[in-house]
Amino acid sequence: MALDTSLETADGTAKITLAGELDASVAGQFQELIKEAAEHEPTKVVLFVENLSFMASAGLRVLVFAKQHMGSEVDIYMIAPQEPIRETLEMSGFASAVYIQDTYEE
Amino acid sequence: MENIDRQGAPAGVEQRIDVYPTHRHGDFRLRPGRPFPFGATLVPGGVNFSVYSSSAQSCTLVLFRKGERQPYAEIPFPDSFRIGHVWCMIVFDLDYEDVEYGYRMNGPGGPGHAFNPQAILLDPFAKAISGRDVWGAEPDWDRPAPYRGRLVYEDFDWEDDRPLEIPIEDLVVYEAHVRGLTAHESSGSRHPGTFAALREKIPYLKDLGVNCIELMPIFEFDEWENSRQSPITGETLFNYWGYSTVGFFAPKTGLAATGKMGMQVDELKTLVKALHAAGIEVLLDVVFNHTAEGNEMGPTISFRGIDNSTYYMLTPEGYYFNFSGCGNTLNCNNPVVRQMVLDCLRYWAADFHIDGFRFDLAAILGRDPWGAPLPNPPLLESLAFDPILGKCKLIAEAWDAGGLYQVGSFPAYGRWAEWNGKFRDDARCFLKGDEGTVGAIAKRVSGSPDLYGANGRGPTASINFITCHDGFTLHDLLAYNEKHNEANDEDNRDGESHNDSWNCGAEGETDDPGIIALRHRLAKNAFTLLLTSHGIPMILMGDDMLRTQQGNNNTYCQDNDLNWLDWSLLDRNADIHRFAANMIALRQAHPSLRPRDHMNGEDHSGAGYPDLSWHGAEAWQPDWSDGCRLAAWMIAGPSCQAQCREDDFIYVAMNSSWQAFPIELPGLPEGRRWHMAVNTALATPDDIHAPGDEVPLDDQGSFLIGDRSAIVLIGK
Repeated sequence: MALDTSLETADGTAKITLAGELDASVAGQFQELIKEAAEHEPTKVVLFVENLSFMASAGLRVLVFAKQHMGSEVDIYMIAPQEPIRETLEMSGFASAVYIQDTYEE
Repeated sequence: MENIDRQGAPAGVEQRIDVYPTHRHGDFRLRPGRPFPFGATLVPGGVNFSVYSSSAQSCTLVLFRKGERQPYAEIPFPDSFRIGHVWCMIVFDLDYEDVEYGYRMNGPGGPGHAFNPQAILLDPFAKAISGRDVWGAEPDWDRPAPYRGRLVYEDFDWEDDRPLEIPIEDLVVYEAHVRGLTAHESSGSRHPGTFAALREKIPYLKDLGVNCIELMPIFEFDEWENSRQSPITGETLFNYWGYSTVGFFAPKTGLAATGKMGMQVDELKTLVKALHAAGIEVLLDVVFNHTAEGNEMGPTISFRGIDNSTYYMLTPEGYYFNFSGCGNTLNCNNPVVRQMVLDCLRYWAADFHIDGFRFDLAAILGRDPWGAPLPNPPLLESLAFDPILGKCKLIAEAWDAGGLYQVGSFPAYGRWAEWNGKFRDDARCFLKGDEGTVGAIAKRVSGSPDLYGANGRGPTASINFITCHDGFTLHDLLAYNEKHNEANDEDNRDGESHNDSWNCGAEGETDDPGIIALRHRLAKNAFTLLLTSHGIPMILMGDDMLRTQQGNNNTYCQDNDLNWLDWSLLDRNADIHRFAANMIALRQAHPSLRPRDHMNGEDHSGAGYPDLSWHGAEAWQPDWSDGCRLAAWMIAGPSCQAQCREDDFIYVAMNSSWQAFPIELPGLPEGRRWHMAVNTALATPDDIHAPGDEVPLDDQGSFLIGDRSAIVLIGK
């Protein structure tokens, strides 16, 4: 199963939707999306991942890349990650780099 | 302080390229590498591979895609990429996440050499290793290169964490096996037996009051090494403890819940960071005496095929010396191997924020390349004076399997502490009521000045323990006269036969309430002795809830209930856990139980008392005769050296005889009164009172001490 992505930017917020499976082979696609979002100089990145069923370490490391690329003051939100992804984020310490929420309100 | 981000970089810095390809092999773009550091290191645009061999004549980098059986590329190191004995090469454009690697080496034959160009060798400096990704999952036995190196990022965010640097005299160590702590279903862990699950147990460790956890081996090992079926149960017997290293720089993948995703490094760092946040240091039990390659019959994994005669102690005929009892002996005082050990420990200290190390069979580290003990072993000296390890705890198991026993004489350089095997032996004999043990226990209680005093080492040189992973648990010490190791499939021949244990009247489990009560009382006596003794106390995982191994004193191969902590014991033996936690609190409340220097009976402040004094049934009259089974001592806080002077008077009496009798209490200065903190003759919760809640004694002159009981009084 491939990775479906979309990017929407407005008012300093970059909204990225990820669906499908984010394995090592498509992590580069996610990274390009982050770079594209960075061009809009957002203050906030919101990742909608409700329909993402798998995230490999390569995908998690893109979160670190995002922080490095955009600056540590840019907040990254992950909305509604599925349980295995949420767990991996916590066990590997990546949870401290992002805000994990069940829902997102504008 | 704000974190630094890339936006602040001057223009052009991000784009500058000073590492660019100069060579090509097929589709791979290459460049001569940097010899240091050894191992695989991420550099801009590529990976620097560097490997040492003193006699290899050729070296090839072998690359796999993750999980695939066959390599997708083999890149010979061009001759011009070798500097001295180091082969180094940068390979560009590798997919970091997807690549696994190894080496092929060829070289001369003859005694001492073991080159085999068919073998794909694990990098001795690999920082992550694949092949045993999920604990206990049966491997593909025919997989070429069963253990492969993987690349590791350095992007972990430690925030403001660093090693805690708790003064060693303040440590209370808890020795645990990562898997054993949470593998039992009663642990309720979602990922049993992992670093992640251990993190969930931090509240328990905090509640118990320990401030240091010593992890049994977590360097990559193969649980399948020497695995076999138990003829008794049919279960697989594993290399469970893990005292057999495959890779010194890699955390064991199968101990990480995220190991199958290759995130074991992140998971372990997350654990260390969380333990530090809870005020708990992390010591690693490290095994540098031998490797998993065994003797002449063993597998070629790494060192043997890379540089056999550098890494191993060999006889002139090329056979392996076996001072470890495990087939081979790592050649630690060869300068190259010594440097590897240093690099390894520096890596764990700097990259994983590890607080210290306990060295398995450390006496081996003081042997020269031909096995003779060195008076001034360079490795031990280098470790003691290393700048990066400058604040690390260094603890030796000061003996080896070749008969070298150095408790008290281990080359310490003012730094090294030792597992004090004599404390264990004397404490066990005293607790069970052996004759003629009061003199010995007095030395152990006062920090073993007979072992460590002469060369200026204080009580902090002594890691005191009554039980450890190797031997009986505390419960079994009080429940078994003999070892019962049949489950190990060695006809009960393995394991120590001389255990100084006493079953209290019945071998093993019993319904006899009198025997059960006696075992509980003796367990409390053991905690009292351990935690009032000068030196560093170490508690074995689960002893605070009387974990049993059913009389097995050598559970190295048991991946089952014999080793897994049954958390329901926390309820069943709640009195022991409560006692242990309060005893730790008592120790931490009294600096004079944690002195840096030996107490010598002098009055250091003119307060009118010796700092440490010995007593008998009559105050000030110790009885050192063979028939005496009472040890009683008083620490006069106000008379102590400055470091622990802000303290009360503490009186401890331990009666290991089967009779109760009155003892005279030493008089206190005016204004102070004796208060009872501990009396193991009483049932819970009257057996121990939390610091501040001690009960004043009606009779300040004498105390009826129960049979096989201990008391601690506070004079305040």
